[in-house]
Amino acid sequence: MMADVTALALVALLLPAVSFLILAVVVPLRRLGRPAAYVSLLCAGGALAAAALAWRGAAERSRLVWDWIPAEAGPLATIGVLVDHDSTSMLLLVALVAFLVQLYSIGYLSDELPYALGRYYTYQSLFAFSMMALVLAPNFVQLFIAWELVGLSSYLLIGFWYHKPAAARAAVKAFWTTKLGDVGLLIGIVMLWRHTGTFDLTELQAMVNSGTVAAAGLSVMTFCIYLGAVGKSAQFPLHIWLPDAMEGPTPVSALIHAATMVTAGVYLLHRTSWLFALTPEVLAIVVWIGALTALLAAVLACVQDDIKRVLAYSTVSQLGYMMAAIGAGFSAAGFFHLLTHGLFKALLFLGAGAVIHAVGSNDLSRMGGLVKRMPQTAVLFIIGSLALAGIPFFGGFLSKEDVLGTVWEGGHVVPFAILMLVAFLTAFYMFRVVFLAFFGAEALVAHAHAAAASSADHASAHGAGHGPGSHGSDGHAAGGHGIPHDPPAVMRLPLWILAVLSTMTGAYVTVSGPELFLGHLEHEPTSPAWLMPAAVAVAGAGIALAWLTYQRAVLDAERLASSMGVLRTAALAKFWMDDAFEAVYYRVFLGFSRMVGWLDRYIVDGVLNVVSEWTVVGGDKLRAMQTGRAQDYVVAVGAGLLAMLIWIGWGR
Amino acid sequence: MSGLPFLSIITWAPFVSAVVIMFCARHRPLLVRWTATIGTGISLLASLWVYWAYDRVSAGFQFQETFALVPSLGISYFLALDGMSALMVLLTSIIIFAGVFASWTVKQRSQEFYALLLILVTGVYGVFVSLDLFVLFLFYEIAVLPMYLLIGIWGSSGEVRPQGIFGRAMGWTGVGTKEYAAMKLTLYLLFGSAFILVGILALFVAAGSRTFSFLELQSIRFDPSLQSWVFLAFYVGFGILAAIWPLHTWSPDGHASAPTAVSMLHAGVLMKLGAYGVVRVGMGLLPEATVQWAWLVGLIGCINIVYGALSAMAQTDLKYVIAYSSVSHMGVVMLGAATLTEHGLNGSVFQMFAHGIMTGLFFALVGLVYEKAHSRAILKMGGFGTMMPGIATAFTIGGLSSLGLPATAGFVAEFLTFLGAWSSAHPWWLFPGVFGAFITSLYVLRVTRYIFWGPKSDDPHFAHLPDAQGTEWAALGILVFVLVLFGVAPGLAIGPIDTATVPLLERLAPLMSAARTR
Amino acid sequence: MGLQAYLVLSAVVFCLGLFGVITRRNTIGILLGVELMLNAVNINLVAFGRFRGDLAGLVFPVFAIAITVAEAALGLAIVILLFRVRRTVMADHLDLLRG
Repeated sequence: MMADVTALALVALLLPAVSFLILAVVVPLRRLGRPAAYVSLLCAGGALAAAALAWRGAAERSRLVWDWIPAEAGPLATIGVLVDHDSTSMLLLVALVAFLVQLYSIGYLSDELPYALGRYYTYQSLFAFSMMALVLAPNFVQLFIAWELVGLSSYLLIGFWYHKPAAARAAVKAFWTTKLGDVGLLIGIVMLWRHTGTFDLTELQAMVNSGTVAAAGLSVMTFCIYLGAVGKSAQFPLHIWLPDAMEGPTPVSALIHAATMVTAGVYLLHRTSWLFALTPEVLAIVVWIGALTALLAAVLACVQDDIKRVLAYSTVSQLGYMMAAIGAGFSAAGFFHLLTHGLFKALLFLGAGAVIHAVGSNDLSRMGGLVKRMPQTAVLFIIGSLALAGIPFFGGFLSKEDVLGTVWEGGHVVPFAILMLVAFLTAFYMFRVVFLAFFGAEALVAHAHAAAASSADHASAHGAGHGPGSHGSDGHAAGGHGIPHDPPAVMRLPLWILAVLSTMTGAYVTVSGPELFLGHLEHEPTSPAWLMPAAVAVAGAGIALAWLTYQRAVLDAERLASSMGVLRTAALAKFWMDDAFEAVYYRVFLGFSRMVGWLDRYIVDGVLNVVSEWTVVGGDKLRAMQTGRAQDYVVAVGAGLLAMLIWIGWGR
Repeated sequence: MSGLPFLSIITWAPFVSAVVIMFCARHRPLLVRWTATIGTGISLLASLWVYWAYDRVSAGFQFQETFALVPSLGISYFLALDGMSALMVLLTSIIIFAGVFASWTVKQRSQEFYALLLILVTGVYGVFVSLDLFVLFLFYEIAVLPMYLLIGIWGSSGEVRPQGIFGRAMGWTGVGTKEYAAMKLTLYLLFGSAFILVGILALFVAAGSRTFSFLELQSIRFDPSLQSWVFLAFYVGFGILAAIWPLHTWSPDGHASAPTAVSMLHAGVLMKLGAYGVVRVGMGLLPEATVQWAWLVGLIGCINIVYGALSAMAQTDLKYVIAYSSVSHMGVVMLGAATLTEHGLNGSVFQMFAHGIMTGLFFALVGLVYEKAHSRAILKMGGFGTMMPGIATAFTIGGLSSLGLPATAGFVAEFLTFLGAWSSAHPWWLFPGVFGAFITSLYVLRVTRYIFWGPKSDDPHFAHLPDAQGTEWAALGILVFVLVLFGVAPGLAIGPIDTATVPLLERLAPLMSAARTR
Repeated sequence: MGLQAYLVLSAVVFCLGLFGVITRRNTIGILLGVELMLNAVNINLVAFGRFRGDLAGLVFPVFAIAITVAEAALGLAIVILLFRVRRTVMADHLDLLRG
């Protein structure tokens, strides 16, 4: 049975790779578009089936590895699969969301040109493969490889509409920012290898358990590894790339920038939690940064007018939650939240995609009253929002309780308070979106129609607009749809599946605990009894505030906002984080490199040219000795002879 | 099969085709190209066979061919190959084979062009397979000299404005023109080879003026003080070709001015001659001095990495970006070698290979872009991805390898080098290395974004740009395939490399432990 | 008179010739100077031959004089050619050797 599980995991891993290879190499097939999509979809479906079977079968940890980099004393690095409860759960999530997103994209990207569609599915297959390789990585080397490859897929997919300057910028920004974290990860891996002599997770864990890993310097290593997670999982201060990554197609945002890739950092920390347990000081940093990120992003989410950006910031915020749980020492809670979050956040994004598809714009102010036009989407979106807000029996309820409980348990009172505040804000901003988009006045529909028509050519949809609210549409062509309506079945089906699964799991775990996903937990956090009612009350308060403000208009939104004063200004400016990074890049870094370039060209090379000039000028000067007059030569000969004679005479 | 003199075939096949081209193919450009293809194809097949047939278990120098040239001085035509040189020979074969395709469109005096190119390649092969230092030096000179004509005649001039406090001198020397670049390159490399010659002769005399054979010299323990300065002579001499800072300035000018195939060959292979020389001759013959000077080699390597990357960041001319990236990547090679660890050295040699392929690909692409758009100014271009998707894809893959992305050869090389750096005597070398890789990601993606992404440029010159065609695909396809193949399956290369680096390190190991205890 | 007197005479003649070669602007003059220097050497040879009783010392000058004649003829021919080409025989103007 065990061999079967690893084989199944391997099949799940390799099917997307096969699809990627086929699409990448067989150019005519890729150019056909639709057939390419079907190939990719078929493989993703197969991978999903294999992943589900592997998940069912995973009991004990088992691994299968091959040599990868040889060395004199046995292989330096291996590749393979490591199958256990966690990795198969994550594998299933990845395979499921990847499959559903690919299915959904057939509808969402139906207006794309065939070759672009083929390209899209090539990247999607690459992503699915890389993400699964990451999930199943048996050692740090494969993990890093897959880590970088998902970064690459993310870069390619954000830049899918590469002719859009904003998309091109966002793609590069995402790659650079995460790469900055990866510098830390790479350093950490190298140091750890030197420290322990192995990359292998299983061996490392055995060493940690037997206490043979020296503690000296270990915190530097874990901190460096954590830096990688900071980049990938969009933790403060490297969170700046994720909102911009929304320039990619919405299904991509759902898959990569919400459900799977961005959670890789959380997954990494969960995977190596036994290692981090040796360095409590790093874990303390993880908690604080996690809580801070959650708060920061939640505040930012409240002021966004772009539906995708709200969701993006909420993703950042939820990642902060997960990190905080891991930092508190109960990584299982963070991982649990990761799994449930993956489902309902994918649902939310795909729902938002349906809205964008219908309205032709990302802007919340162009939506409103959509519940009448697209009732199914509205229901699905609300289910997702309830799950995110942490309402009992919905997807995110228990996992959020667990996170809060573990942070309380870990004795981090201030982060706990922050996270409670974030729970309130989360409910508020999600239902702000719900009320603004699906309820309220419908007057703007005609306007939306015009907007849809004008954004049909997504290359020219928007220029360099960068402030909140000026983001225009997803670049998606919705021209031709007169009145917004529910999406076609191919898009609706994934939404329903996600909603049902999310709610079912939410209800199930609310009743019977998270063992289904996490296996038997060694020490389940015992949260205090008051926590659950308190959290629900906070979430309810958030929803109520949103309702009062945006539905009933009891509170004036503008006055509420302006009462926040400087906080609001700061939030609108994204706390000047992007500006700070941009300034560092353009002023400091680019300036410095220009200086080096100038020095090289005009000083280092200049010295060379001076030497060259001196050589030639010196030769020119010496040339003057050759007057060409025979008599001068005779004088020289005579003088030389005389000098020789004198010199000889001198010796006597 | 094994009775054939494979190494001689590899080395001389291009030379023979050069002779054929000069005497039999006058005014028949297609025949010229096909002769070159066949000559380099024979070399490629033979080197693939040699690489395949190289016995990794018994290791050591194989495929030996000996033929006494001047017995009284101990000069002989002695060819042999170990794991490291086998990989370098394979690299050369791949690059020149692709280079022939990439320069298919050379119109002006193609006969002479191809003949010189092939003679140059003969020299390169010769250096990699000779084990007689005198013959090695002869081949080295053959590899360096045709470059002058190739750049001076078929090159292209760039735009460099003389300024700064040395502006007058720069204007005076004609900075930026192809003649300047050709002359600078040749003078620099000949300056270096003077050091090499002195070093070789010093060892020859110190060994009793009997032999130039690498193997015999290797068995002699030279006086440490002699080793010390001879190593420096080799380091400077070969190092110039490997573009060590601050003797690297010939390389951006030279690469930027050279025609496509020459840039490919030069950055792809010739720079490796320098690194190969330092490792093979310097480190192989002078163990004490290697341990003594490792800190210098590594330090300069670190400077190269960061300095080259920063300089590349500042360039606006596409070819200069790539050329400076070569400076940066050769730093990785030197750094890996200086770590004196198994993984570091493996990474170093692997980086020679990876960078060779990658930069060959880059220069081929730049050549294509230039040929179609007639521009190298990054800031003027834009949105080429829509018009030349194939070139854009290949460029992206090359760029990703350049910044060390996994699944391309660049990652394995850099990763091994970093492992070596952190376990060497100077662990801090890791940080410049990793930081350099990060800067590389900045400038590579910046360039990609400017050229291939974004909206189409308004410039009417760029209105209709065709994608790569015909033989150009062959060149790109080969290079991309090799780049990815060796990235996915690095064992293909690391296996043979390991057989060459481990014996080298075994000679160094006692010295290093002695140095540590001292 | 001893050998020394002849040697002094020879040195004086040589120096006169050298002086002429160096200072004369006319090429003919330079040629004459060269002749003087050659004859100074001849004087030396004859003097040494006479005082050491070695006939070889007398034979050499005969050779030298014969060759000098040929050389003078050749030199004059070159001067004439130079004059035809350059329209001058002034040594100052003849700087074709200049680097």
